[in-house]
Amino acid sequence: MNTQSLSQPVSTSLPSVEDHRKMHVVVVGHVDHGKSTFVGRLLNDTDSLPNGKIEQVRKNCAIEGMEFEYAFLLDALIEEQEQNITIDTTRIFFRTKQRAYAIIDAPGHKEFLKNMVTGAASASAALLLIDAKEGVMDQSRRHAFLLSLLGVKQLVVLVNKMDLVDHSESTYQKIVAEYSAFLKTLGLNAVHFIPIAAKHGENVVDRSAKMAWWKGPTVTEALDNFAHEDDLTGLPLRLPVSDIYRFDHRRIIAGRVEAGAIRPGDELIFQPGGRRSTVRTFEDWPGPESRSVVGTGGSASVTLSEQIFVERGQVASHPANQPRVGREFRARIFWLGKEPLIQNKTYRLRLLTQNVDAVIAKIIKVTDASTLESKEAASVPRDSICEVIVRATRNIAYDLHSECPITGRFALEEGGRIHGGGIILDAVSKSEAPSGKVTASERGARAGHPPAVVWFTGLSGSGKSTIAEAVERRLFDAGRNVIRVDGDDLRVSLNRDLGFSAAERAESVRRASAVAGLFAGTGHITLVTLIAPLAADRAKARAALANHTFIEVFVDAPLAVCESRDVKGLYAKARRGEIAEFTGISSPYEAPESPEVHIKTDKTSQEEAVDLVLGAIDKFLQGKGDDWEV
Amino acid sequence: MSRNAQNDHLTRLEQTSIHVFREAFANFRSVCMPWSMGKDSNVLIWLARKAFCGKIPFPLLHIDTTYEFPEMYEFREKAKVIHGIDLIVRVNEDAIRRGIGYATHDPVTVTHELKTVPFKAAIDEFKWDALVTGIRRDEDPTRAKERWFSPRSAEGNWDYKDQPPEFWGQFASSAPEGGHVRVQPLLEWTELDIWEYIRRENIPNPTLYFARNGKRFRSLGCHPITHPVDSPASNIDEVIEELKLTKTSERAGRAQDHVGRNSMQELRAKGFM
Repeated sequence: MNTQSLSQPVSTSLPSVEDHRKMHVVVVGHVDHGKSTFVGRLLNDTDSLPNGKIEQVRKNCAIEGMEFEYAFLLDALIEEQEQNITIDTTRIFFRTKQRAYAIIDAPGHKEFLKNMVTGAASASAALLLIDAKEGVMDQSRRHAFLLSLLGVKQLVVLVNKMDLVDHSESTYQKIVAEYSAFLKTLGLNAVHFIPIAAKHGENVVDRSAKMAWWKGPTVTEALDNFAHEDDLTGLPLRLPVSDIYRFDHRRIIAGRVEAGAIRPGDELIFQPGGRRSTVRTFEDWPGPESRSVVGTGGSASVTLSEQIFVERGQVASHPANQPRVGREFRARIFWLGKEPLIQNKTYRLRLLTQNVDAVIAKIIKVTDASTLESKEAASVPRDSICEVIVRATRNIAYDLHSECPITGRFALEEGGRIHGGGIILDAVSKSEAPSGKVTASERGARAGHPPAVVWFTGLSGSGKSTIAEAVERRLFDAGRNVIRVDGDDLRVSLNRDLGFSAAERAESVRRASAVAGLFAGTGHITLVTLIAPLAADRAKARAALANHTFIEVFVDAPLAVCESRDVKGLYAKARRGEIAEFTGISSPYEAPESPEVHIKTDKTSQEEAVDLVLGAIDKFLQGKGDDWEV
Repeated sequence: MSRNAQNDHLTRLEQTSIHVFREAFANFRSVCMPWSMGKDSNVLIWLARKAFCGKIPFPLLHIDTTYEFPEMYEFREKAKVIHGIDLIVRVNEDAIRRGIGYATHDPVTVTHELKTVPFKAAIDEFKWDALVTGIRRDEDPTRAKERWFSPRSAEGNWDYKDQPPEFWGQFASSAPEGGHVRVQPLLEWTELDIWEYIRRENIPNPTLYFARNGKRFRSLGCHPITHPVDSPASNIDEVIEELKLTKTSERAGRAQDHVGRNSMQELRAKGFM
């Protein structure tokens, strides 16, 4: 893509039109090969330092009794100056006559590879420094490997500290030969190898008189020739759903277009799930007009013509050009976790807004990023690269990395923290026959969602069953495995022997939770409607169902309202004393203190209540909680 | 500049910030946005309204040091109405009763007592697990190392030596036990971007930013320790032209940053934003 610009003359002949888009460039290389010094020098020589900055750093150096170095400009934190290594990515802005840049000074020390990844992942181009005296080192190779994985394709290699090798062209040529051969094995190609002496500013902005043999560009000239990252607007549409907003009468699907473009009137298909609808409007604020098209990188706020079930994680595309849907694929992973990556262990897989449990089904090989040698292993240590089979517990929408990079890569998380990333190489169509006991996660995988127990509590006549029935209908229509366990039904079957004393109520709750546990064990979203008036009994139910997601829904209707409805005539009977220990009349109801969903029926329509419960189920299925109150 | 141009620099910044807002709202249980009423804060409000189609679905928090400029209080009430803000205001009454103030104490102490302490108390009170801040990487070297989503411990501490990796739009998805995550949608913006965006979108801001009698405020904080800079820039166009040429740092007029060599880092390690 930028090979064209290779043969182009350098910036002097380009029109000096200012490009307002800031280009992100990452600076990588082995520890002590001079990255911070280089960036400090670059800032200085492009006149990009704030007034007084150099003086301030010189003063600080004097206080610490150290010789001034350009590197200190960046190493703003005390610890770094003590250790003499950069511990995290620093972002520095500067500009040439051509355009603005954000330089990401990534650290080279081995321990901090995750920071290098963080820096490099947001860059469109990379500068990789190699110490001319020390030559190609471990991290020089490792960083290039990571750049290739992270998809940074534009690379310029800076052969630094040329002053320490007498500005020797043959030393330079040796490094070029060795390193370009290595890059080739990674499918990378350096646009230039520029000989520099960062400490003295040679070939950074100004040409070096001591290296008259160098006819290529200076660093800033090379930078100005970099192209911005590929525009993905020409690719098929990929709009991952970030959220569904129901702040007012509108139901807005929110997400960022990761590839392609979307317009009102487009037919969309949401995967996984496969439901279709048409884009009715974009709800852009402040209006009154909305955009006519949202391209790659744009945030979309979409209303649909049909009210289909949509949830966070799904990917909208055009029906003619959909992502793959599946749950098993081969991937190349870089692992940054303190603990090793382990075969057969389950991690959270995050791909776009999808967040699912995934097993590392097999570690195929671990590759040494420096020597590129591979070996088999059952675990992968920190800062390694490996090839694995990933098996998600349910279907996800994705592309191969070679087809669409943004939807073909993912992060692996454990304990809320990202430990690695990977790119999808190909789909695995046939898996080995599983053996042994059928596990809950296998059942969940078949259902396409994990099980859950949703427990509706509230007074008799509060509307528990009505809401639960509507929730059941919506989940069923959306292709979920769902079942309802109704307290009244149990009263005439399983609980026929029980009355209404405190002990018998406790037993009724215990039996209902046992039934719910069995259903949840089969992978169902199980909706229980039971008054369960005592907090202690409900707490026991929650504890008994601790293996499953448990969502307590408090259907909070004022007693007077329930009594006035009195669908079953029970309140009248209780008032007449014909039913003893009737909840709310002659027996207490202990309202839940912190239910996951709190529905105040006098303030919430039944439709809204159903949406609230569905919203909470959505959120919990994605592994997070929320408090809902209306 | 065309408002419809999808790929211009400001629109790209805007769209990325919107994405950050949306991911935060989708991922966290309880979000709050501290509001200083300064320009960055006001841009955040604007971006939040864009992200959530007009309505900000979480509360804003103003930690009132009682040393705000009078105009800022007026602006607060006006903006509250314009944006339909659900505003929580907190003052460290206890510190004020103990006589903590700029007349008698150093700026670092006062900032800690009147800002950080009530800020932490509010977090304890409301149990927010995500706080949206207006931090930009270009403001200060210690801020350059920030992440979009930056976890803070229960004590509010920032473990900048061991930050989670962040790549491919995947952010930290949960707060440490008892702590919270700072969400920073303006990380990639510069001071100039902020002003160009304010101009493009016509975002309401206090007029203290514009020169009166040859002086204007470039950054706003407590009035005893916030000094105006010499500037003839009396309107937004002039401010933008000035910023294109200036090389002094934005927070030069903020005294608490400059007390000791690493005062900003000390403040921030204790929970200051």
